[in-house]
Amino acid sequence: MSEATANEIGPHEGITGLVDDWAADKQAYHVPWGKAMMWIFLVSDTFIFSCFLVGYLNVRITTTEPWPAQSEIFALSFGGDPIPLILIAIMTFILITSSGTMALAVNMGYRKEKMKTFWLICATAAFGASFVGMQAFEWTKLIVDEGVRPWGNPFGAPQFGSVFFMVTGFHGLHVSAGVIYLLWVAFRVKRGYYDEKGFEIVEIAGLYWHFVDLVWVFIFAFFYLL
Amino acid sequence: MASAEGQQHPLGIYYKIWILLFVLSGFSYAVDYFDVQGALRWTLVITFMFLKAGFIVAIFMHAVWERMALVLTILGPPTVLLLLIGFMSIEGSYTEEARFAYMGHDRDAVALTPAELHGEEGEEEH
Repeated sequence: MSEATANEIGPHEGITGLVDDWAADKQAYHVPWGKAMMWIFLVSDTFIFSCFLVGYLNVRITTTEPWPAQSEIFALSFGGDPIPLILIAIMTFILITSSGTMALAVNMGYRKEKMKTFWLICATAAFGASFVGMQAFEWTKLIVDEGVRPWGNPFGAPQFGSVFFMVTGFHGLHVSAGVIYLLWVAFRVKRGYYDEKGFEIVEIAGLYWHFVDLVWVFIFAFFYLL
Repeated sequence: MASAEGQQHPLGIYYKIWILLFVLSGFSYAVDYFDVQGALRWTLVITFMFLKAGFIVAIFMHAVWERMALVLTILGPPTVLLLLIGFMSIEGSYTEEARFAYMGHDRDAVALTPAELHGEEGEEEH
């Protein structure tokens, strides 16, 4: 693609390559700068989410009040007996589906299949939007029907509400921002904005989207399952 | 290997990882559905979690194909979090134990479930 980013790569891989990349008084990361910056942003975002999750770990350990039974609180009934945690399971599957369509979009982008890329990104954004919709439903159910508040709830430890709103809210904000970002990239792809510049942007947007899915993997395990 | 040409890989690997992620999520959900408890629950949930996270970072985010300089920049700094997690669990356990031992908190308190709070709808007679 563009020659500007092709700062020469030395002959070595692995540890020798690492020494080369850092010691040769030149560009250290042999990737487009946008991608390096996205990775650095994601590393910093990792720390923010980690602060929330470690904070959750700490209140979960220290509180002597019983932790509410997530499995039953997030159960949903489709006419019959409530199925435990089903809404969260559906949300998890939706996010994984969207991660898959995004991975395909990145691939199609590099193949310069513009329309396929456009539609795959749109599908990803649509899955993301439905995820946020379900989250809104879940929040409404907890706030209105169950009376869960950031400072208390009828089930047990009051910290449950604060952790729930903080962690899922911050993640939902990431998903919402991601949907907007993806749609923006999708329409620029369609309009041919990247025909000359190359399609790295799809991969960069993809990194962000996979990261959002990655964070959900941890939230799903630590907040909903354990 | 990474280059300015970008990350181009056969589609097959994405489909395989995609299916694998579905299966692993299904397993995680099954742990809850079949109400596995105790140490086994923790082991299973955390194993599936790390497998899923690993595959997303390695394949979907292309980390296995990146050069080591970038991979270490991504994965290196977050490892210090292990230290934070360790410290906070030690500190947390101490706080909890102190609350039980000196503040009279109940060791055997049990959380209420939505069913208990709203009453079992099927059992009520009007």
